[in-house]
Amino acid sequence: MNNVVAQLQRQFHDYLVSLYQQGFLDNQFSELRKLQDDGTPDFVAEVVSLFFEDCSKLINTMSRSLERPENVDFKQVDSGVHQLKGSSSSVGARRVKNVCISFKECCDVQNREGCIRCLQQVDYEYKMLKTKLQDLFNLEQQILQAGGTIPQVDIN
Amino acid sequence: MSLFHVVEFCLKIGQLFWMLCCWLVSWLIDDKSPLPVGSVGDPDKTKMKKNHHHHNKMCFFWNKISTSGFKIPTFSLHPVRFGKNWWKKVVVAWVVLWVLISFWTFCYFSSQAMDKRKETLASMCDERARMLQDQFNVSMNHVQAMSILISTFHHAKFPSAIDQRTFSEYTDRTSFERPLTSGVAYAVRVLHSERKEFERQQGWIIRRMDSFEQKPVHKDEYNIEALEPSPVQKEYAPVIFAQDTVSHVISLDMLSGKEDRENVLRARKSGKGVLTAPFPLIKTNRLGVILTFAVYKRDLPSNATPKERIEATNGYLGGVFDIESLVENLLQQLASKQTILVNVYDTTNHSEPISMYGSDVSADGLEHVSPLNFGDPFRKHEMRCRFKQKPPWPVLTMVTSFCILVIALLIAHIFHATMSRIQRVEEDCHKMKLLKKKAEAADVAKSQFLATVSHEIRTPMNGVLGMLHMLMDTELDVTQQDYVRTAQASGKALVSLINEVLDQAKIESGKLELEEVRFDLRGILDDVLSLFSGKSQEKGLELAVYISDHVPEMLIGDPGRFRQILTNLMGNSIKFTEKGHIFVTVHLVEELLDSSDVETSTSTENTLSGLPVADRQRSWQKFKSFSSSGHRSFALAPSEINLIVSVEDTGVGIPVEAQSRIFTPFMQVGPSISRTHGGTGIGLSISKCLVGLMKGEIGFSSIPKVGSTFTFTAVFANGMHSSERKSELHNNNQPILSEFKGMKAVLVDHKPARGQVSRYHFQRLGIRVEIVSGVEQALRFTTTVNIILIEQEVWSKEADVFIKKLQKDPLVHSPKLFLLANSIDTSISDSLRNIIDPPVLIVKPLRASMLAATLQRGLGIGNSETSQQKGPPALILRNLLLGRKILIVDDNNVNLRVAAGALKKYGADVVCAESGVKAISLLKPPHEFDACFMDIQMPEMDGFEATRRIRDMEEEMNERNKTGESLTVEESNRTRWHLPVLAMTADVIQATHEECLKCGMDGYVSKPFEAEQLYREVSRFFSSPSDTES
Repeated sequence: MNNVVAQLQRQFHDYLVSLYQQGFLDNQFSELRKLQDDGTPDFVAEVVSLFFEDCSKLINTMSRSLERPENVDFKQVDSGVHQLKGSSSSVGARRVKNVCISFKECCDVQNREGCIRCLQQVDYEYKMLKTKLQDLFNLEQQILQAGGTIPQVDIN
Repeated sequence: MSLFHVVEFCLKIGQLFWMLCCWLVSWLIDDKSPLPVGSVGDPDKTKMKKNHHHHNKMCFFWNKISTSGFKIPTFSLHPVRFGKNWWKKVVVAWVVLWVLISFWTFCYFSSQAMDKRKETLASMCDERARMLQDQFNVSMNHVQAMSILISTFHHAKFPSAIDQRTFSEYTDRTSFERPLTSGVAYAVRVLHSERKEFERQQGWIIRRMDSFEQKPVHKDEYNIEALEPSPVQKEYAPVIFAQDTVSHVISLDMLSGKEDRENVLRARKSGKGVLTAPFPLIKTNRLGVILTFAVYKRDLPSNATPKERIEATNGYLGGVFDIESLVENLLQQLASKQTILVNVYDTTNHSEPISMYGSDVSADGLEHVSPLNFGDPFRKHEMRCRFKQKPPWPVLTMVTSFCILVIALLIAHIFHATMSRIQRVEEDCHKMKLLKKKAEAADVAKSQFLATVSHEIRTPMNGVLGMLHMLMDTELDVTQQDYVRTAQASGKALVSLINEVLDQAKIESGKLELEEVRFDLRGILDDVLSLFSGKSQEKGLELAVYISDHVPEMLIGDPGRFRQILTNLMGNSIKFTEKGHIFVTVHLVEELLDSSDVETSTSTENTLSGLPVADRQRSWQKFKSFSSSGHRSFALAPSEINLIVSVEDTGVGIPVEAQSRIFTPFMQVGPSISRTHGGTGIGLSISKCLVGLMKGEIGFSSIPKVGSTFTFTAVFANGMHSSERKSELHNNNQPILSEFKGMKAVLVDHKPARGQVSRYHFQRLGIRVEIVSGVEQALRFTTTVNIILIEQEVWSKEADVFIKKLQKDPLVHSPKLFLLANSIDTSISDSLRNIIDPPVLIVKPLRASMLAATLQRGLGIGNSETSQQKGPPALILRNLLLGRKILIVDDNNVNLRVAAGALKKYGADVVCAESGVKAISLLKPPHEFDACFMDIQMPEMDGFEATRRIRDMEEEMNERNKTGESLTVEESNRTRWHLPVLAMTADVIQATHEECLKCGMDGYVSKPFEAEQLYREVSRFFSSPSDTES
C-alpha cells in the first residue's frame, strides 16, 4: 500500500516538475500551492477552475469580436487580453501568459491577423494546461485516496 | 711724461695679453682636432652632445674675444672641437700667462725704480760737480787777479812795493776769497846770467826741489838749509814770495821740480791758469793740485804766440789747491751728503785715472760720472758719484707682482676645481643614468619573471593539490591522513604565497584590473571578522568593526581586492598584537572631515580596550585629498563613495627606523620578524598598490610598544540608486534582521567606546540599545527591555550583585541575559554554572549573522520559526494582518481569489469586491475596514478613480467630524478617516507608482503577491500587535 503511495507521490512529483520544465507553469503556481492549507484544502483547484472558466468566457468574447473582418472592437479585445494576462500570471500559467503578452502587442498595433493567431494559440495553450492540470489533480486525488499526503515540490 | 708712461704700459699689457690669447686658442685648436672619444656605447650620440657642448664654450670664448674690441684677421672657429680636458690646457695657459705678467710687472717696476735712482744720482752728481767747478773758478780767478797785482806792484814799480812780509800778509787776509787754495806763492823768472846778482840781492841761493820731492819729510824735520843749491840751469824760477802756509817753498826753484816745471812751462806758453796732476803736497803730504799763472812784463794780446809769451814772462804765481779738504768742505755745505759717495779723478791719462778725492770702493752698482772743467784744457777731471747704500729691496713691486700671481693662481685653482667637479659630476650622472636604466630594466625583468614563474608554478601546484585532495578521499590510515593533510596545508600556503607574488607582479606591470561588482560592505567585514575571530579569541583580543550609518549598504567595486587589503592589514594587526584590541572603522571621508575636531579629542581611556593607541588622525595626515588646501578637492561624482577605513591595534608597533620602508615589497621590520611571525613582507606593498588602484591612499601612524593605526581610503560607486532597489536588498540580504525589530536591550559597559560599537551591531538587527555603565543601573530596565547585555569585564566584577538581585527578586518575565566575551573563558563558564538561568555567552567579534543566531538561540525564538518554510517575514506578517479586515477590489476573479487566499493565509479577514463601484459603496464611512487592496485596471471604474472617490468621501466625513457632527461615539473614536489603499498592479513602472500616490493611494504591491513586499507595505500602516497591546 505504502508502495503505491510512494509511487504515486513520485509520479506526482515528476509530473509537476515536468510541467515546470516544459514551461507550462512558473513560480507563481508554487506560491499558489503554498497558500493552500488545511483551512482551504481545494484552494488551488478552485482558483484554477475559476481561471479556466474565465479563459473560455474571454476567448469566446474575443473571438466574437474578431470574427468580423471589418470594424473590430480592439478595445474590447484588449481588455479581454488584459484580464487574461492578469489571471494567467496570478495562477502561474506561464505559457498562457506569454502568449497573452504577444497577443497584447498585436492588439496594440490593431493587427487582426496576429490577434486571431494569438487567440487560437491562447485557446490551444489553456486547453492544454487544463488537461495537464486535470491530470495533476487526478493524481492528487489518487494520493489522497491512497491515504498519502501531497508532497511539497520545490522547483528551485 | 707720466701719462705717456701709463699709455705705454697699457699698450704693452694689451699686446702681451692678446698675443697670449691668440697663442692659447691656436694651441687648443691645433691640439684638439683628433678628438678622443671616451665613451664606449653610442658614440654618435656622445659626439653630438660634445659638439654641442663645445660649441657653447666656443661661443662664450668668441664673445669674450669680440667684446675686448679686437679683430682677429686669420681665425676660423667653425669646425673646432675641444677635448674633454680642454679646460686643463686653459688652466695651464692661464697660469703661464699670469706668471709672465707678474714677472713682467716686477721687471717693469724695478726698472722704473732704477731709472729714477739713476736720475737722482745724476742730478745730485751734476750739482756737486758744478758747485765744485764754480768755486774752483772763483779761486782761480782770484789767483789770476793776484798775478796781475804782482805784475803791477812788484815788477812795474821800482823799487818793488811788495816784499815777502806784505805778500804773506795780503794773501792771508784775502784767503777767504780763495776758499779752495791752501796757499799762494810767487816765483820769479831768473836767467842763469842773472843768478849771481839775484842770489846776492836776495841773500839766499836758489835751491833745487826734486831731491826732497823724492823723499818727503815731515814738516817739523823739514830743513830748508839741508837742500842742495840748484845746479846750473838755463834759467831758474825761485819762489820769492809765499803765503805763510807755504812759506817753506821760498827759494826753491820751481823749474827743478818735475811737476812744477811742466806746469810753469805750460803756463807761460798758454798765458792761462794751468793745473798740475794731483800729487802729495810737500809738508802736509796731502793730495793737492797746483794752479800756475804766468806773470808777464807787459799786457799781451790774447792772440800772442807762445814765443812772445815766453819772452814776456816775468814770473809765476802758483796756488795750491788742497782737493781733499776742498771737496770735503763743499760736500758739507750740501744736504744729503750721507746718501752719496763722491770720487774725483784726474783723467788726463785715460788709462790710469788719478784719484783726487774719495775712497776707492769697488766700483760695482750704480755710478754717475760728471765731467769737471777747471779751465785747463790740458787736464781733464771728472766726478764719479755712487749711492752709499745698496738700492733698497723693491718690496712694493715684489708684493704687487706676487699678489697678482697669487690671485691668478687662485682663479686658476677655482676654475680647475670647478671644472673637475663638473666633470666628475657629469661622469657620475652618466654613470647613474646607466645604472638607473639597468635597474629599471632589471625591475621590469623581475616583474616579468615573477609573473611567469608564479604562473608556471601555480599550474603544477593545482595538480598537486587536486591529487592530494583525491588522495584524502581514499582509504588511508591516521598517519597517512595526517601526512596528506600537512602536505595539502603546505601546498595551499604555497599557492596563496604565489598568488600574492603574482598580484604584486601584476600590479607592478599594470596588468591588474579591478572588478565592478555590487557588494555588501558590511557582509565583507563580517566575513573578514569571522576569518580572524578564531585567532583573536585564542589571544583574547577584542576585535570589533564599526561601520558608519552613512556608508551605503551596497557599493560597486572589487570586493575581493577590498577584502584582500583588509585581510592584510588585520592579519598584520593580529600577528603583532598580544593584548588589547583591533578595531576596524569604516566612515565616509566627508564625515571624518566634518567631524575631524571631535575625532582628535579621543583620549586614551576612550579606546576599545582602554589601552592607548596610535593617533588615527596622524595616519591620514599625509593624504593628499586631506591637505588643508584641498579640503574639498576630491570632487566626487554624486554616485561615488569615498570610504576611509582604519585598522587600529594595540600591538608592538613599528620601529621608527623601519617605518619608511613598510610599503616596500619584501621589506619587513627586521629579519627576526619573519622568523617569529612568518610572512613574506609583500602584503602591505600589495595593499598599497590595491589602494592606489581604488583611487585611494594608505598611511599609518605607529608608536612602538603602543600600537599602529593603518588608514586607507578607497573610492567606490554607490550601489544603491533607488529606494526600490534598496528595499529589494533589504529583503534579500537581511531577512534575519526583522525578527528582532522592535526589541529593546540594555547594555552594561563602562567603556563608552566599546559600548558604542556593541550598540551599533545590535542596532543593525533592529534592537534598540541603551548603554549604562553599571549593573545597578541596568536593573532598573528589567521590566522594559527584552535583553540585558553585559560586558564580560563587568560581569566578572559585578556578577555577584546581579545574581543576588535576581535570586532575591526572581522576575517571571525577566529579560534574557547575555554576556559579551572576547573568548570562552573557563572561569566565566564556571561562574555561569551556579545560576539557575545561566546567561548566554556571545563571543566577540560581533557580526550580524553570528549575533542573530546567538540571540535566536538565547531568546528561544528563531529555531521553531526558521524551520518553517515560509520564513520569518511570514510570521511577522501574520502578526500584522491577524484579524484585520481588508477589502480587495479586482475585476478579475482569479486574481481576486488568489489575493484573498494570500491575505487570508496571514489571518486577515478578507472581503472581495469585483468593481470599483462596489468598493466605494463598501468603503463609505463609517466602515470597519483596515485596508484596501485596489486593482488599478478595471472596467467601468479604474483603481485611481475609485481611490479618488473614496478619499473624497473620507474628506467629507472628516469635515463633518471637525464641525462636531459626529453621529455616534464609535465614529468620533476614529478622529480622522484615512483608509490605507494599496494599489495592485502587474507593471512596476515608476510612472504608475507615482500616479498611484498622486490619486491618494498609499503604496502599491505588485501582482502576484510576494510575502516580503506585502509585509513591507503593510507594516507601514499597521503597527505590530505587540506595540498596540502595550
